[in-house]
Amino acid sequence: MPPAIQNPRFLLSQCRLPFHFTPAPLQLPPNPSLRRQLHRSAASALSSDPQTISRDPKSPYPSLPSPPSSQILSIRESLLSRQRTAADIADEYLDRLRRTEPQIRSFLHVSETVMREAEEVDRLVESGAALGPLAGVLIGVKDNICTADMPSTGGSKILEGYRPAFDATAVRMLKEAGAIVIGKTNMDEFGMGSTTEGSGFQVTANPWDISRVPGGSSGGSAAAVSAKQCVVSLGSDTGGSVRQPASFCGVVGLKPTYGRVSRYGLMAYASSLDVIGCFGSSVIDTAIILNAVSGHDRFDATSSTHEVPEYASCLISIDDLDSKPLKGLRVGMIRETIGDGVDMGVVSSIKDSALHLEELGAIVTEVSLPSFSLGLPAYYILASSEASSNLSRYDGVRYGNQATADELNYLYGDSRAEGFGPEVKMRILMGTYALSAGYYDAYYKRAQQVRTLVRKSFKDALDKNDILISPAAPSPAYKIGEKVNDPLAMYAGDIMTVNVNLAGVPALVAPCGFVEGGIAGLPVGLQMIASAFNEDKLLRVGHIFEQTLQNFKFVPPLLTE
Amino acid sequence: MMALICHRGTFANSLFLSKSALFTRSSSSLIHTLQALRTRVSPRAESTTSTLKEELIQPTTKRAVEQNIHGYEAIIGIETHVQLSTLTKAFCSCPYLYGSQPNTTICPICMGHPGTLPVLNSKVVDFAVKLGLALNCKMSMTSKFDRKQYFYPDLPKGYQISQFDIPIATNGFIDLDLPVEFGGGHRRFGITRVHMEEDAGKLLHSETGSYSQVDLNRAGVPLLEIVSEPDMRSGLEAAEYAAEIQRLVRYIGISNGNMQEGSLRCDVNVSVRPIGQLKFGTKVEIKNMNSFSAMNRAIDYEISRQVLLHSQGQSEQIVQETRLWEDGAQKTFTMRKKEGLADYRYFPEPDLPEVVLTKDYVDKIRRSLPELPEAKRRRYEELGLTMQDVLFLANDNHVAEFFDTTIENGADAKLAANWIMSDIAAFLKNERLSINEVKLTPFELSELIASIKNGTISGKIGKEILIELLSKGGTVKSLIEEKDLIQIVDPTVIEALVDKVLAANPKQLQQYRGGKTKLQGFFAGQVMKESKGKANPLVLNKILIEKLKGDN
Repeated sequence: MPPAIQNPRFLLSQCRLPFHFTPAPLQLPPNPSLRRQLHRSAASALSSDPQTISRDPKSPYPSLPSPPSSQILSIRESLLSRQRTAADIADEYLDRLRRTEPQIRSFLHVSETVMREAEEVDRLVESGAALGPLAGVLIGVKDNICTADMPSTGGSKILEGYRPAFDATAVRMLKEAGAIVIGKTNMDEFGMGSTTEGSGFQVTANPWDISRVPGGSSGGSAAAVSAKQCVVSLGSDTGGSVRQPASFCGVVGLKPTYGRVSRYGLMAYASSLDVIGCFGSSVIDTAIILNAVSGHDRFDATSSTHEVPEYASCLISIDDLDSKPLKGLRVGMIRETIGDGVDMGVVSSIKDSALHLEELGAIVTEVSLPSFSLGLPAYYILASSEASSNLSRYDGVRYGNQATADELNYLYGDSRAEGFGPEVKMRILMGTYALSAGYYDAYYKRAQQVRTLVRKSFKDALDKNDILISPAAPSPAYKIGEKVNDPLAMYAGDIMTVNVNLAGVPALVAPCGFVEGGIAGLPVGLQMIASAFNEDKLLRVGHIFEQTLQNFKFVPPLLTE
Repeated sequence: MMALICHRGTFANSLFLSKSALFTRSSSSLIHTLQALRTRVSPRAESTTSTLKEELIQPTTKRAVEQNIHGYEAIIGIETHVQLSTLTKAFCSCPYLYGSQPNTTICPICMGHPGTLPVLNSKVVDFAVKLGLALNCKMSMTSKFDRKQYFYPDLPKGYQISQFDIPIATNGFIDLDLPVEFGGGHRRFGITRVHMEEDAGKLLHSETGSYSQVDLNRAGVPLLEIVSEPDMRSGLEAAEYAAEIQRLVRYIGISNGNMQEGSLRCDVNVSVRPIGQLKFGTKVEIKNMNSFSAMNRAIDYEISRQVLLHSQGQSEQIVQETRLWEDGAQKTFTMRKKEGLADYRYFPEPDLPEVVLTKDYVDKIRRSLPELPEAKRRRYEELGLTMQDVLFLANDNHVAEFFDTTIENGADAKLAANWIMSDIAAFLKNERLSINEVKLTPFELSELIASIKNGTISGKIGKEILIELLSKGGTVKSLIEEKDLIQIVDPTVIEALVDKVLAANPKQLQQYRGGKTKLQGFFAGQVMKESKGKANPLVLNKILIEKLKGDN
């Protein structure tokens, strides 16, 4: 029998309104040292100890796991101290990309100008000119984010070979900060999917176990950072497309507040939910990227004028931490996310993380979001409705794939039939149906009402808590092909993340543990949610969490082989 | 330019720019090509401001219509699209210039490229509020944009950004005066709503009909759609409604209102019912009228057609359809029959925030509005002008402004009106100019009127000076001095001139005194000639008669 949460009927049947806030303290042993034992024992209970992966004497990584450090800062440091050249660093990444790509297949396009751009950075270093904060940093960009000098297809055949006339605002800002775009990463077509199997071009594998999916839709961006094919990457998150693959691939993924980052140049899937997010191998790196891409953009009327704080500067070094760095932090663990239908290993990782937060001084309670289960159907109606409209422009008239046809309606029909994959067609049909006369009130309008409820329940819960925590996905990475013929099961996998998009609030996913699977275990991500524009709070907590998490090393076996 | 290269022509064989027609026609052939677009549009060099020369509504078959429709009543409602004269398009920074080479005022945003987003041009809201207030509407302090979805090659995004259930202005009215020559009368027609939206591009069909090309210059140009209540009852009322809308948008400066360029487009709904029946008849939509007189004739034709079908017991043959007015045939023809209601799947535009107006903003715009045509007409009436004068002067905002400034300088209203409507209008017509293009200033016109009134110059000299002022400019004072045109009023000077003429024409004098009194005109002419036209005619005649009676 499948877990209950993967049964869509279960998801749709829960409707307990109005909202009740019922905090309940976790049942924890009173003795702190006992708690620590519990925490450690959970880790050592894993059948394949992740520490074993770094015991290979040839490994460049130390045998004792140390907390992840900022790759961006270390690149900057080595450039400024002239220890390494940007070309040297770029060469290293390109070399690794070439070695791992035949298995991972995370890139749809690799830039041909990386070395040239790196040499340009070196010339700047030589000349002593000021370096941008991201000078020499190799960044992967999800293929639905426009880049003027590279193809941008959104993972769709309908845009095969399409080269935009402009850089997305986020890409422009990264380039202005000195970053080098290493290539365009694979994704589910137009962001519609949770496995990256929905790409019109190729399937990306999970670096932790290449028989498994990397998650999606930003699977290429997550896998690329996990496999160190690039330093950091941009993704997009409409219903969890940054957070779920971050969890599956054991990297840090950040979904900013809606409007924090300009959507200009992001191919629209569901405009009211879409945000550009970022991946890194440490919280600091995602903070630095967020800093580079945030802010109001006059080309996006929905981008916020809210002030952009220095996200990275508030992240203190582990050496300066006192014993209870999170003292007084109110953490709400969302009850609905750790119940029936969620993988037991995932639940225990999250509970261990809660204990870990408590050890750091936080006050963890359980909170209930009664509208939680309503979020998934509401999300799929709203996202499909907007998608059906946003994808109308791919008509074969002005750009992209154009079918040969004798008549206008066949030109439209054939171009779209040939260009779009099955998942995209299904969502266009669903969305078109939901917006049709006579159905609008029952579907679109009702879903908007649910969205209002979801927003309110998050607001209430975040009034009483500084952050909320939950898994980023109900399971670890599953096998390629496992859910291809069961779209509802795949949709159900988005239960942990879609509500955050409906509420428009920011969320950070950081690796927090492992569950059994693959040769070295499969990573699990902890999702932390805060109020709108409180990314700084999330990053601070995430950073402390990450730096104090012991006994885990989130380097996939692929890199240690 | 990049955009032009990216742009590919879409080739469709279709006679009409109909959405559904293309979908149902099977004879169309479409080929895809990368060749540069060939242009077949010829830029028009028409003046956009003059209404003086614009055709007046022609007397039509009105009387015939009235006889024919005896016992029936026509119900007419109008949807008007007004293209706004903003510097840039509604949602991107492209300029729009009528008559530009195809696909030269386009960018990734108005071409609907992936990843692009609309950002509202605030001028569009300014203009919408201006028009809403000018149409006496209730303003929606919070309104929103919606997407109207359909596929057509001239619609790059696959949807038009429009306003659906919450338009920016609702529930207004417009006042107008019907022309005197058609019996006159004041009318008030209801305005249902005004909303903001973007225009689509244009399809250019090849002469052979084997392909069509897309020009996206117009795509994204801001429009205001004005929907009237079904308050009009005749072609004349409908045409006058449209003319008043044109006048209004020109007065408030939001559009050039030019029908030939498509800056003002009217779609008319016409239905007919027996007088006394409450239920409306089946309505028919008429398109393709590019002048007010065409509107008038098209509607009256359509009313006659429908009444005829009613009176012949064939009212079931009136079906809900769109008909095109053909100017050549002076008839309407079926363009497409409506197969049920089109489902545009409207939903709120997620890329644009709500449009929120503040009271201060609305009040500021209200204060900035100029005097509107209706207020102007009522004021002119109070000045004692005839309705004919009132309508003529208030018709064009430039003429009205000229007139207002002239009388502000102290000129008599009636005299100023006469000058503008006769000599000045004739000059403008001959020279094909509008009043703001001539060298004459309102101040000089008032000077001219004053100079005649105070006897400095004669009316005849005044007319001559006027032509000079219109074509070359200058001041009345300097022209009078320069040309030594001051009127001769001194009786002794005139008497001398009369004496000279009488002495030079003894034969005619004898004839006059013999009873041929008609010769008085001859003598007057000779004296005037002798004075180079400067003699005051009254003084001249008085002295001449005395002399002719002859006591000498």
